[in-house]
Amino acid sequence: MSPPIEQLLDPAVAQGVLARALANGGDFAEIYAERRSGLSLSIDEQRIERVQAGGEEGAGVRVVADGTTYFAHVDGLVPADLERAAGEAAAALREAAAEPRPLQAVETNPVPIAVRPEEVPAERKAELLREMDERGRGQGAEISQLSASYSEGRRIVSVANSEGLLAGDDRTRVRIAAQAVARRGGAVETGFETRGAHRGFELLDDDPGLVAEQAAEKALTLLDAVAAPSGSMPVVVGGGFGGVLFHEMTGHGLEADHVQKGASVYEGKLGETVAEPLVTAYDDGLLPHEWGTDAIDDEGTPRQKTAVIEEGRLTAYLYDRLRARRDGAESTGNGRRESFRHLPIPRMTNTYIAPGEAQPEEMIAEVERGFYAVSFAGGQVDPATGDFVFGVSEGYLIEGGKVTSPCRDATLIGNCLDALAGIDAVGSDFDMKTGFCGKGGQRVPVGTGQGHVRIRALTVGGTGS
Amino acid sequence: MAPAQQELDAAAERAVEAAVSAGAADAEAFALQDAGREVRVHGGEVESLTAATERGVGVRAWIGGRVGYAYGTDLAEPGLEAVGARAAEGAAIADEDEFAAPPRPEGDPPLIEGLVDGSLEAWETPRVIDLALTIERTALGADARIAGVEQAVYADSDQLVALHSSAGVRGAFRATSAYAYLQALADGDGGGRETGLGFGLARGPAGLDPEAIGEEGAQRAVSMIGAGKPASRACPVVLDTTVAASFAGLVGGTLGADGVQRGRSPFADRLGEEVAAEALVLRDDGLDPGGLASSPVDGEGVPRRRIDLIEGGRLRTYLHDTYTARRAGDGTSSTASAGRGSYRSPPSVSPSNLVVEPGDLDLDALLGEAGEGIYVTDVAGLHSGVNPVTGVFSVGASGREIEGGELGRPVREFTIAGDLVGMLRSVRAAGSEARWVPFGGSVLTPPLLVGEISVSGL
Repeated sequence: MSPPIEQLLDPAVAQGVLARALANGGDFAEIYAERRSGLSLSIDEQRIERVQAGGEEGAGVRVVADGTTYFAHVDGLVPADLERAAGEAAAALREAAAEPRPLQAVETNPVPIAVRPEEVPAERKAELLREMDERGRGQGAEISQLSASYSEGRRIVSVANSEGLLAGDDRTRVRIAAQAVARRGGAVETGFETRGAHRGFELLDDDPGLVAEQAAEKALTLLDAVAAPSGSMPVVVGGGFGGVLFHEMTGHGLEADHVQKGASVYEGKLGETVAEPLVTAYDDGLLPHEWGTDAIDDEGTPRQKTAVIEEGRLTAYLYDRLRARRDGAESTGNGRRESFRHLPIPRMTNTYIAPGEAQPEEMIAEVERGFYAVSFAGGQVDPATGDFVFGVSEGYLIEGGKVTSPCRDATLIGNCLDALAGIDAVGSDFDMKTGFCGKGGQRVPVGTGQGHVRIRALTVGGTGS
Repeated sequence: MAPAQQELDAAAERAVEAAVSAGAADAEAFALQDAGREVRVHGGEVESLTAATERGVGVRAWIGGRVGYAYGTDLAEPGLEAVGARAAEGAAIADEDEFAAPPRPEGDPPLIEGLVDGSLEAWETPRVIDLALTIERTALGADARIAGVEQAVYADSDQLVALHSSAGVRGAFRATSAYAYLQALADGDGGGRETGLGFGLARGPAGLDPEAIGEEGAQRAVSMIGAGKPASRACPVVLDTTVAASFAGLVGGTLGADGVQRGRSPFADRLGEEVAAEALVLRDDGLDPGGLASSPVDGEGVPRRRIDLIEGGRLRTYLHDTYTARRAGDGTSSTASAGRGSYRSPPSVSPSNLVVEPGDLDLDALLGEAGEGIYVTDVAGLHSGVNPVTGVFSVGASGREIEGGELGRPVREFTIAGDLVGMLRSVRAAGSEARWVPFGGSVLTPPLLVGEISVSGL
């Protein structure tokens, strides 16, 4: 049994605010209230610094009328201010008042948190960073710098709308990250690693120092790196954060706002074959404790697991309420927003390619000359043209079926549909990693994952030959 | 002083007092009020309309050389007390840093005319909606091959800032800004789509030219129709103003003394050295009202000024805030480069407006000078494709071939790669037509001709 969620909205107040929002007409009104708080600190040059704490609460009110969304937000949750925001949102409308339905509280199941991070003394978090620093530096004398950070955040959310929905969620996320710099002569390389989850402080019970060691190992490995090759070649992408590849090259193009505006290469492709039958992929907002997991989305819709590609066939787009209504579909629980100051838009949650049957070693052994992209620094896509780009943070040459030299500073580019159709092996291994996804000026936590995946050909852009 | 400004000042002052009574030896508060609206249009209709005012305060507290930071949005007494107390608690957790100390007052800030444009208040919402609709309509009518517009957006902001510290620093200013952009879609070959961005920025809506924004988006989208991959090679490239601005922003970011002092910048230990061709002159200018990052004082109350960063091919200075200047020693003073993104995080070293000095050649002459090469009009993946420690980059790009000194077929799906210092050294010429660009921060730059860069395509 999880403890009851703190209700930010008194049902009677919320009912009144919704009535005020629809006083000048409209098809839909909603109030989204939020209390957010967080703490972060870091260690750099072996000193604890940048200790930052903060919190804010407020609400956003929107009214939808004839396809237009009117939105206002306020700091604080004082009923009079909420009424005023509703009045501002409704100010441009001139129709007869509409009546919101009576609110019915919906039961939700927030992710259980074993150890509330705000109840752990800050000094314990500082100690943890000192341990990470020591462990990272301990990987070798060539580690010249190590920085690490800890952050915790909590968002308590209440959503009420004119269709009678009243739902809440209580979300806690903890994340640590480490960056190492290694030097040898004139060579300088960096390594980065993170661990994060929708979880309490118990996330860090299991050897947080390991994260710093892994960052340091990556930097040290790269000291032996050669310049990345350039040109088109087979690419094997690693598990875990390699899933950012699918996030960029497919996930964004399935978000219904892009699709409805003709700004996605996946428009009109529902039901069509877009990949080999060995590819099945999901957006799963319920994966236990993952970084992109919540009980409900930011419109109060329960999260769900959506199969977006089944055995190579495109089976679903990702919807929020507004875009679902436009297509006569149901929301897939993908309406997300950065905060109460933002409008919800269709966003991914945890997106991944399901494990296949291939063994990673065999996938590599079959490549005569290619590139092994173990992890990415990030990526970007233009969903309308399908052009994507990824920065590789850890990559190796594949020569004669074997992983050989590490490569520095490689970038992968390609086009979504070609690259997706070019996946010819999916590994049986599987891992999920944390990321932050930016879209329309809004940053939200997302999970990305997969096992090893091989693509027949991608362009590797490096400085070597 | 307007009542809203007085309220902010009072809140900042109370927050400082709260931190001091909670145990801080010194404290500084930054309070911000931001009133803004945003209009998104699509298909001749308003898709969304947002109007809101946001206020918040951030407090930095010092206990000896230990620093803590806290923020909140409740500017009533209990809220300010909580923020002040949390900042002091944060300082108690941090480790001692001998160079950390509260900034001292440094004379009168400059008067900058033109930070506020009255059209922002004067133009009511229907009029800015019309501006956004005009942008979309212009793009749709600009060329038969334009298939649609993903969205056209207008947004503005009216900001008040108040800064107050126990060391006697005071700062207060108001600045307005407005911007608009659209993403136009053109029918490409074989059912594909091409996109084109058009944008404008000003201090108020009256300073925006909606037709020019719509036209630019349409032209950029149409110019990419039929794009193929270029051959892999090393060749001259001309960076258009948007791409030049992105690279200027990368350079400006790595010139911050915090990264330099921690050995995490390609420019570390290069002060006074030759780091660029003479054709590349780079300044930081926090005073030009045309630059949206301009303000009388920086994020710690130090009066803004103009700073030569790269001139005569040499690196003249790093960007400093109070902390990095103290750490550098030898009489180094802050370059007023303490940037504040919001009240949610403490100030950090960052450029204000970066200005690349224009040269003599117009775009046609630059292309002629390049001869054979690529005109790069867009880059992607800058946040993941650039190593800020080494300056080595490899980013996705699109643009046009340059053949016989003129623009040829469009090209896409290639990368350009190199390192920042190497690229600065091979700048052969700066164009004569400079433009303010909101990429890479706030940048005023002409197009740039770079002698040779590694292109990876076919």
